[in-house]
Amino acid sequence: MKFNLKIWRQKNAQAAGKMVDYTIDNINADMSFLEMMDVLNEELIRKGEEPVAFDHDCREGICGMCSMHINGRPHGPLRGTTTCQLYMRNFTDGETIYIEPFRANAFPIIRDLVVDRSAFDRIMQVGGFVSVNTGQVQDANNIPVVKADADLAMDAASCIGCGACVAACKNASASLFVGAKISQYALLPQGRIEAKERVLAMVNQMDEEGFGSCTNTGACEAECPKGISLSNIARMNREYYSASIS
Amino acid sequence: MSVLDSKIPDGPLETKWTDYKSHVKLVNPSNKRKLEVIVVGTGLAGASAAASLAELGYKVKAYCYQDSPRRAHSIAAQGGINAAKNYKNDGDSVFRLFYDTIKGGDFRAREANVYRLAEVSANIIDQCVAQGVPFAREYGGLLDNRSFGGAQVSRTFYARGQTGQQLLLGAYSALSRQIGIGNVEMFSRHEMVELVNIDGKARGIIARDLKTGKLERHFGHAVVLATGGYGNVFFLSTNAMGCNVTAAWKAHKQGAFFANPCYTQIHPTCIPVSGDYQSKLTLMSESLRNDGRVWVPKKQGDKRKPQDIPEDERDYYLERKYPSFGNLAPRDIASRAAKEACDDGRGVGESGLAVYLDFADAIKRLGKSVVEARYGNLFDMYHHITNEDPYEVPMRIYPAVHYTMGGLWVDYNLMTTVPGLYATGECNFSDHGANRLGASALMQGLADGYFVLPYTIGDYLAGEIFTKSIPTDHPAFDAAEKAAAERINKLLAVKGNRTVDDFHKALGKIMWEYCGMARSSEGLTKAQAMLKQLREEFWSDVRVTGGANELNVDLEKAGRVADFIELGELMVTDALSRNESCGGHFRVEYQDEGEAKRNDQDYAYVAAWEHKGVGQQAALHKEALKFENVKLATRSYK
Amino acid sequence: MSKKSTHNGLFSTLIGKKMLMGVTGIFLITFLVVHCAINSLIFFNDGGELFNEGAKFMGTNVLIRIMEVVLFLGIIAHIVDALLLTLANNKTRSTGYQYQKPNANSKWYSRWMGLLGTLILMFLIVHLKDFWVPSRFTDHIAHSELEKLPGQETLFEEMKEVFENPLIVILYVASMVSLAYHLLHGFQSAFQTMGWNHPKYTPIIQKTGFWFSIIIPILFALMPIVMHLGIIK
Repeated sequence: MKFNLKIWRQKNAQAAGKMVDYTIDNINADMSFLEMMDVLNEELIRKGEEPVAFDHDCREGICGMCSMHINGRPHGPLRGTTTCQLYMRNFTDGETIYIEPFRANAFPIIRDLVVDRSAFDRIMQVGGFVSVNTGQVQDANNIPVVKADADLAMDAASCIGCGACVAACKNASASLFVGAKISQYALLPQGRIEAKERVLAMVNQMDEEGFGSCTNTGACEAECPKGISLSNIARMNREYYSASIS
Repeated sequence: MSVLDSKIPDGPLETKWTDYKSHVKLVNPSNKRKLEVIVVGTGLAGASAAASLAELGYKVKAYCYQDSPRRAHSIAAQGGINAAKNYKNDGDSVFRLFYDTIKGGDFRAREANVYRLAEVSANIIDQCVAQGVPFAREYGGLLDNRSFGGAQVSRTFYARGQTGQQLLLGAYSALSRQIGIGNVEMFSRHEMVELVNIDGKARGIIARDLKTGKLERHFGHAVVLATGGYGNVFFLSTNAMGCNVTAAWKAHKQGAFFANPCYTQIHPTCIPVSGDYQSKLTLMSESLRNDGRVWVPKKQGDKRKPQDIPEDERDYYLERKYPSFGNLAPRDIASRAAKEACDDGRGVGESGLAVYLDFADAIKRLGKSVVEARYGNLFDMYHHITNEDPYEVPMRIYPAVHYTMGGLWVDYNLMTTVPGLYATGECNFSDHGANRLGASALMQGLADGYFVLPYTIGDYLAGEIFTKSIPTDHPAFDAAEKAAAERINKLLAVKGNRTVDDFHKALGKIMWEYCGMARSSEGLTKAQAMLKQLREEFWSDVRVTGGANELNVDLEKAGRVADFIELGELMVTDALSRNESCGGHFRVEYQDEGEAKRNDQDYAYVAAWEHKGVGQQAALHKEALKFENVKLATRSYK
Repeated sequence: MSKKSTHNGLFSTLIGKKMLMGVTGIFLITFLVVHCAINSLIFFNDGGELFNEGAKFMGTNVLIRIMEVVLFLGIIAHIVDALLLTLANNKTRSTGYQYQKPNANSKWYSRWMGLLGTLILMFLIVHLKDFWVPSRFTDHIAHSELEKLPGQETLFEEMKEVFENPLIVILYVASMVSLAYHLLHGFQSAFQTMGWNHPKYTPIIQKTGFWFSIIIPILFALMPIVMHLGIIK
């Protein structure tokens, strides 16, 4: 297969970036998208050019490190997948593929397609936890959890923190990410104790980081590689209102 | 007398750890505030250690090469975590978990460490549940368990097929809390490139800020390496692309012995390689073997579709050869059996390097919805990658490098041979012997970080309370930074013709061919020469683009591959010196009709290697393994 | 929690502001129900008798008059809040994408609520000028045929007169299309924002919202049409 690539190149955070055209040939349909990028980079290095910097690590869709806005969508055209799980068979031969970084002011570009998502970490640091020290605990089965709640908590907890929700949202809102974390704890008895403090702290931090507001367009849910549900945003809102007025 | 002192406490196995904890030296709270600890790596072992040490009051600095501590590769563990809770009332106990682990490791692990691991396993589950880890539950609201390879009890706790993710996010949440409070200073996108050794003690690291390329100096009264395994030496493995041995290797070069490097685990259930372009292999959780049946055609070269092969022409070889464990035979055994079947010309798929993992019976017995609930995400993943629907056709699987049991040698305190330098989790060698059982890596990582290191590090730090923070303009820091900078400049200066990946692939091919699932004296000797040549070629012909003072992925990779090549040489040396087969180390000369033939007489020891210079023969130190509580036996799963 | 939360009250955050959008949105939806119900009295085709009766009630009842003030406050709050949120949201992505396929993940009207709202606001100004201003601030409108003084008209007659202009009819119909799309997203979105999301009830809310967004604007749009065409006399 052959592709025309249009890739965002930007030397560093301060430099201006631009789309650069590349052509790549002899691509196998069973290659993953990132393997196609590897091939491109190998070619660039052989030509003495600098390879395209992009984030990636586990390449099995769980670490959340890979990003990229591919052909107008975060993680590319396929639903429910990360970029690393995208295969070239998902594209048509001869296609032009646009590759851009996730864009949001809260995710500043470091280089090329690499962005800084530490804003997510900072949100977690103000409340994305249960305050329990190592060893301070009782036997695990002393905390029974309704199975349905545990399952919902697991649904929320499967967020990989990749930031596709922010990248897809027209307001660059982090509501799905934050909503998922708040939901996980709100649904479990272990998390209820600090529920009020948690939601206030995390929601405030989310604003401070410069993420926008949720307009319920549902773009985040549609682009989330783990299919995190919008109901988590509603739950965050509920938690927030009751915490604010109580 | 060996120079190695494992510092195993005296007394009966059952009370060693309890006694140890009662007598270990303590550091009072006001002194803890003055002591700084560096933790490199934020996977299960690193994040849990950093969080727990910070909770105790130490000043902690944590480092990871990823953009966030939440991304460490522990996250990819699918199946579960073992704990001797006996919630299922099926006869589990601390001793059984201990025994299964020792036996699973083919009697090449230290009894005391493994027993301690089994003891604290139950605390891990308690801790994680309290943190809000959403483990699978039964309708009564209590925790659910599943069974895993190498055990006859159900002791594996799980969170769908994402147990590693949930446990890591639990540890990450604890770490985040400490970062938020200010007890931990977090350095993401930082890679340790040198260990700083002052007067024979580990006193800090040189870290490269991957965003800017700047080399930074960091002091610590102690340094903890929780940097994972070195499976990427094979190029293709189930490890994340960034997993590397650099931190451990730098420590090794500074005097930390490297133990049992040849013990590598080849996981039986991975998605087969499909082409040369492939960058990594994807694991299908071992939990699949609970319900999936492994088979190949009885006839050689049978190219019929799996559905067209009648029942009596299929060889369910694991069930046939190991009737009591069946499809749940341990990993090394299942992997070797798959290799054997393929070598016999009965492999399936285009390459002939695959076997079937069939769910037809499970779907018939349980219904598609139950199978979907248990393994849905794994099936989807398989479907994504191979474009085949495992609900309709059997999965094709093949063994792949997954875990490395070897690692930095540590004593009972998890301290390496460099005072003040600790290694935890997959980075050390201590608990899995020659083969690791499924669902035990998560257990070990968290045991080390939450429950072992926070005690044992105090024993060392209690003696450091009068050591003031050493300023980073100390000559040792100058020298370490200079060494790191020179190395980087050297890589950039070669300006050769071959790319870093080119070398990495070549290295992987040599390692897989000669130091993979089957090893021979002849092959290993050949590999030694090839690796030496590869190393020399690397330093004269590698092409690294870009500069030192910027985000430079090419340079990062180059540094890692350079270390992998040297490690590869040590692995081969180790494999060559171990004239027996045990666990993941299979020497074709030592077998009983395909079963590993151990030599307890001569090889019941830990091989700890001391670095003597690049290209020089490393010095072997032996730590004899004493088995006082289990009887050495041929490992049988028949 | 690690950090003492510096929370400055419900409305200090974007979520708080969104809640105000939701509350006012739901309130405006209830207004639409009342307004549509009263106006639909014209469909009885009784020369506007019932309709004028309803209009009189609405114009004289104390509670309704108070609610009228609340309604205006609600509209203003909805608009001002939308402006504040839009201003904040415009600051979140300084460099946009070179290429984007937003339709792959969301409905166009959910992304263009501000534009749809602005169109509705423009309509509202014309609409208020035509009907509300004369009936509240002039003595041009009589409550019924019987009370009519020389030079006065009933509201029903006023409607007939205004809707003689085909341009006005087109404006009304077009505006109701805007309203329909605004509601199509806004109705269920308001519930979601309020946190009322439930596996059992959300599908019902969504279905209700869908039909509401179609029926109410159609009824409103029919009014100028039938009057213009003289079907309702």
